[in-house]
Amino acid sequence: MKQGLLSALFIARKDLRTEFRTKEALNASVSFALVVLVLFSFAFDLGRDEFYDISGGLLWLVYVFAGALIVNRSFIREVPNDCLDVLIASPMPAWSLFLGKVIASFVLLMIVELVSLPVYGLLNNIHWVDSFWPHLGLMILATWGITITGVAFSAVTVNVRLRELMLPVLHYPMLIPLLIGAMQISTALLKGDGGDLSADLRLVVVFDAMFSALSLYLIEFILVG
Amino acid sequence: MRDKTIYTLGISGTLLLLYNLHTILMVLPDEAAQGTIGKMLLIHAPAAIAGMTLYFVAVAYSIMFLKTKNFAYDSAAVAVIEVAQVFTLINLVTGSIWGHIIWGIWWTWDARLTRQFMCFMLYLGYLLMRPALNEATQRATISAFVAIFAAADIPLVWLAIRVHDARTQHPGPVLETGTLDPAWRIPFLISWIAFMLIGSALAMVRVRQENARREIDSLRRELHAI
Repeated sequence: MKQGLLSALFIARKDLRTEFRTKEALNASVSFALVVLVLFSFAFDLGRDEFYDISGGLLWLVYVFAGALIVNRSFIREVPNDCLDVLIASPMPAWSLFLGKVIASFVLLMIVELVSLPVYGLLNNIHWVDSFWPHLGLMILATWGITITGVAFSAVTVNVRLRELMLPVLHYPMLIPLLIGAMQISTALLKGDGGDLSADLRLVVVFDAMFSALSLYLIEFILVG
Repeated sequence: MRDKTIYTLGISGTLLLLYNLHTILMVLPDEAAQGTIGKMLLIHAPAAIAGMTLYFVAVAYSIMFLKTKNFAYDSAAVAVIEVAQVFTLINLVTGSIWGHIIWGIWWTWDARLTRQFMCFMLYLGYLLMRPALNEATQRATISAFVAIFAAADIPLVWLAIRVHDARTQHPGPVLETGTLDPAWRIPFLISWIAFMLIGSALAMVRVRQENARREIDSLRRELHAI
């Protein structure tokens, strides 16, 4: 178990180091998030108060779209030179490899989200500073859900024809419960509403727990067979 | 033997459905509040229940495939999911027509409607993905994985929408407190049994096609190797 976790951290460090050297996915994802933010400001001509009502929803749409670019790369980057076959044949268990990929994608997506949040606030006159810490907690929980399911589907679609199309078709419907919870909490935090958010929070936590357990258990069948 | 089973299931299901349609349309009195359109319940709800039953059967087959690696379970899972999709579509379309007449709208993001629609979308992804995978073992393993993930997601979708009470258009008794009139219970049950019989016949035909396809694929691969 301990060796598996160490292997996962090793894979995460390898992926992050590769990514920080080229910054391919990171640059593309941040740029894409900013473009979507600008497009939203053209798409919705709303008053300030009305914009607050949909602020959480829009924010999470940006994160999910940007996240697709990150998670899509997690297994595909191992395909050239048959690196994926070598990783699977290595002594570490499949769940370690998977968990390492999830941790790396999680860190990258958190960076994209933390860059996008101030820009989102700036472009749409949204006060996000006051609720930053609870919002950060939510971002950590929901981003974990997005990355663990996204990387699982990235592993699933790595050998699928038209994988760039198949990943969102499979992944986005799966995220609906998580996004409903995250969007509601984000909107309430940005608006400064002090309503009861425990049901939404429970939903996000249950989603994370359920899909973390399922992914870690079933990934062996996908990667090893 | 297998042919006989398919014909028996298909014909008995069709006859049962025709008999039931006659009872629903000609014998049963109209629903007190909604009139004739209220009888849609006897097709609409059993189709949803048949669809849900078949989704769970498909997940059981998917788990069995992962455990045994027996391709018969993969064929059964895809066949059953395709039939379940048809029943879910029947449920969505009949519900939409019913809703248009009674609520004045074709669609609303009500808890049940959303759950059914998301079920349909999740398993549509499953069906779209299968042809994009060439290798039989990989296709079956990945399909089983997606089917299990989708099944785990359905209760969460339901829960997510139920958390916010505003998103419900079905009247209260339908969702929690009401019971069916005793005269309507038998036709309701017969509709479900008829759907299950027809669904089983269709699934068996589809299993046969899936097995034949896998055999052709393997022969084609052998030919390429030669």
